Amino acid sequence: MSHVPVATLRSVTGIPTGRLAVWWVIASEIVIFGGLLVSYLLFRLYHGEVWGAEAAHTNTVAGAFNTFVLLTSSLFIVLAHKAAEEKNIKKAFQFIWYTIAGGGVFMMVKAYEYTTEILHGFTMFKSVFWSFYYTATGLHGFHVLMGMLIMAIISFDVKKGKNLHRVENIGIYWHFVDVVWIFLFPLLYIAK
Amino acid sequence: MSEQAHPKINYVKIWFVLLVLLTVSIIGPMIGIRSLTLITAFGIAVVKALMVCGYFMHLKFEKKIAWYILITILALMFLFFFAVAPDVMKHKGNNWVRPSPILLPVQGGGHH
Repeated sequence: MSHVPVATLRSVTGIPTGRLAVWWVIASEIVIFGGLLVSYLLFRLYHGEVWGAEAAHTNTVAGAFNTFVLLTSSLFIVLAHKAAEEKNIKKAFQFIWYTIAGGGVFMMVKAYEYTTEILHGFTMFKSVFWSFYYTATGLHGFHVLMGMLIMAIISFDVKKGKNLHRVENIGIYWHFVDVVWIFLFPLLYIAK
Repeated sequence: MSEQAHPKINYVKIWFVLLVLLTVSIIGPMIGIRSLTLITAFGIAVVKALMVCGYFMHLKFEKKIAWYILITILALMFLFFFAVAPDVMKHKGNNWVRPSPILLPVQGGGHH
């Protein structure tokens, strides 16, 4: 006899329990990243010229490419969700792994950036700008890695035709990770 | 629990529009006009975020509770900014001066 969690049998809000939980996770993540970005913005506005000079050393081309990669991976995961809705299991599985590949490319570009910047002396301890840079992008990168891991786990259930609703749920998380980067990119790479 | 089907959305078209906006947000600041940089880099970031939220996350078609949760949290972020900003952004006022904490020299010996 399979155990069905009670929470999945009813909904006060009209949203399936799993998806509502993801929205709550997104809300808590907004506080985490929002707090970090608001603090960065306050310092940036206060230290305008000095921080602008520090930000000149970030790699805009790499940042722009990473924005393209994340937007494309967002497309892949929403196409995976569409395929899952249509019960096209093979296509859903493929698109989930295209999304994971996008996350992998993002992390490789990030690794290249970090390596180059650290070799040029722009470490976390060089200035408060670089502390913010590594904290914000590092925290974001950690979220990308976790998203990739969860998508991989979900993909194996999807391959068996089980728990297809989870594709949408992890998709919402992945889109949020993309939205965070959409704001990080201009703050850290464009505003020089 | 039955799921409502999403309306038909051309996701590839949305993605293409996002890439065009990304291109504009990169080119705009290169022109070097501060107000244009603010509009193209940050204004477009807001538009892109809304498009991703609306069409990819299906927030446009989601039940109101999701909106209430997100708007409440965003309001708290605004509150955080405006509550803390006067203290961070000003370094002097009526009868007070706040030296920048970043510039304070490191004291050895431990007197407070």
